[in-house]
Amino acid sequence: MSRNGLLRGGLFFASLISFPFLTTSQWLTNMFIFTLMYVALSSSWNLVGGYAGYPSLGHAAFFGFGAYFTAIVFQNSVGNGWPPFIFLPVVGIVAALLSIPIGYVAMKTRADVFAIVTITVLFMAQSLAFNLHAVTGGAQGKGVAVPPFDSSTYGRPFYFAMLALVALAMGSSMYFRQSKIGLSLSAIRSDEDKAHGVGVQVTKVKVVAFALSVGLTAMVGGIWAYYEGFVYPQFAVDPLITIGMVLMTFLGGRATLWGPVLGAFILVPAQQYLSYQLGANQFYLLAYAGIFLVTMLILPRGILPTISDKLRLKKKQKEALA
Amino acid sequence: MSALLRVENIVKKFGGITAVNSCSFEVEKGSITALIGPNGSGKTTAFNIITGYLKADSGTIEFDGKKITKPTPASLYRAGLSRTFQQARIFPELTVLENLVISSSFDWKQLLGMRVSAKDRIRAMTTLEEFKLDKLHDLRAGDLSYGQRKLLEFASVLMSNPKLVLLDEPTAGVNPVMIETMEKHIRDRNKAGVTFLVVEHDMQLVMRLCNPVIVLDHGAKIAQGAPEEIQSNPQVLEAYLGS
Repeated sequence: MSRNGLLRGGLFFASLISFPFLTTSQWLTNMFIFTLMYVALSSSWNLVGGYAGYPSLGHAAFFGFGAYFTAIVFQNSVGNGWPPFIFLPVVGIVAALLSIPIGYVAMKTRADVFAIVTITVLFMAQSLAFNLHAVTGGAQGKGVAVPPFDSSTYGRPFYFAMLALVALAMGSSMYFRQSKIGLSLSAIRSDEDKAHGVGVQVTKVKVVAFALSVGLTAMVGGIWAYYEGFVYPQFAVDPLITIGMVLMTFLGGRATLWGPVLGAFILVPAQQYLSYQLGANQFYLLAYAGIFLVTMLILPRGILPTISDKLRLKKKQKEALA
Repeated sequence: MSALLRVENIVKKFGGITAVNSCSFEVEKGSITALIGPNGSGKTTAFNIITGYLKADSGTIEFDGKKITKPTPASLYRAGLSRTFQQARIFPELTVLENLVISSSFDWKQLLGMRVSAKDRIRAMTTLEEFKLDKLHDLRAGDLSYGQRKLLEFASVLMSNPKLVLLDEPTAGVNPVMIETMEKHIRDRNKAGVTFLVVEHDMQLVMRLCNPVIVLDHGAKIAQGAPEEIQSNPQVLEAYLGS
């Protein structure tokens, strides 16, 4: 990692760690929890949607899986404090293992077909959540016992848990950039048949990226369920979560470390603001569509790649002049 | 001399059209063998079958003394059979150096290692120097010119230390200087022990560089021999010029 990169990362995490100690404002903490949630989600999505170039629309299924898993395990425990957080790695690992056969089959298709196959996974998960009454409680949902955290700093544990997942997702992203797995994924995104032809372990690498990506997503779902205290199928397995992850990554820049972070930091506050301004309805979705269209038109590769392309061009011109 | 590659009676039909019709030939170890024929004679289809990109309807392929039962491009590549494509398929989003590293056929244990390790770097740079592409190593491969891409593709398939390299029209669409460069590299590598099978339309190059020359027509071998023999073979003239 370069010195600048270390500095940037250090500054980013230092300010996020100190944030809860600077304010006790509940709405601000709440908004930051959701921002970090989407930073973690879109950074995880980026592992497979960005680096491998496989635009999964099914990630919300695994988010919901993590949410229900946590809710079901901890539904009755009275006064549960930290155990749901400690349990998260189990949620992640089980989701990752579960995703291996799904990824293996789905990744036999590519691009738009892959998107459609994965969106089917999402709707299957949603109808399972609605209809498996015995397990999920159906439309009535599933409650998690409220933790005995101090009400003035209630959000803090959730905030830090989300931050830890942000670190984990960004760490994975970093690792992908600097390892042969990442090089293999870039080759797959560039030309998968050729990559296969030169002996790249295409299937293995793709499925590993998918499993890691959805494992992280499921862990985020677990924290979310605990924070919300109640899991309903329409919110836990919500296409809007998938779309949020995808949109934020596209906006900031696919296959970059900071792109998904930037995208989440722009869109989550914007979404909160819009839904506040437009009332508690889903009009903000129109703004979503607008942002998506404008992004695709003006910045087809996202904010960060466009900027770095411009800088590269400038540097080249300077070198040519010198 | 023994045959490095033996193709026997391969047949490939696309619908009602027989692209390769009971085709048999051999490539001797250490040779630069040419595969020529009029357009549509089945050269590229034969190439794709040999390299595992297409599945033959019937027939057998033997490479390096072993019969290949389930050919996939990946397994053949690891066994030492690499190819280039007519359209110079490189990875445009990777750098020139990374293009070589990714093609060096590492195993899964190395997947966790560095993207480009010091060892990879040295090896790739040596090859890039040989191809005079070393100054461009940091450039995105997509920014290269067409001729440079062809060189890069050639250089990168050598990274797996292949025994046999199949070149699909290595000089199509590149300038005369680049043709000479390409020819020199093929000769150099051939001296170093690599066998070549070349599909090429530039007959002057074929006659200069290759021996033997195999001629396909309508999906079957019609002639094989030294360049001079082929040039005066009536059947070959018939195939190229006749109706």
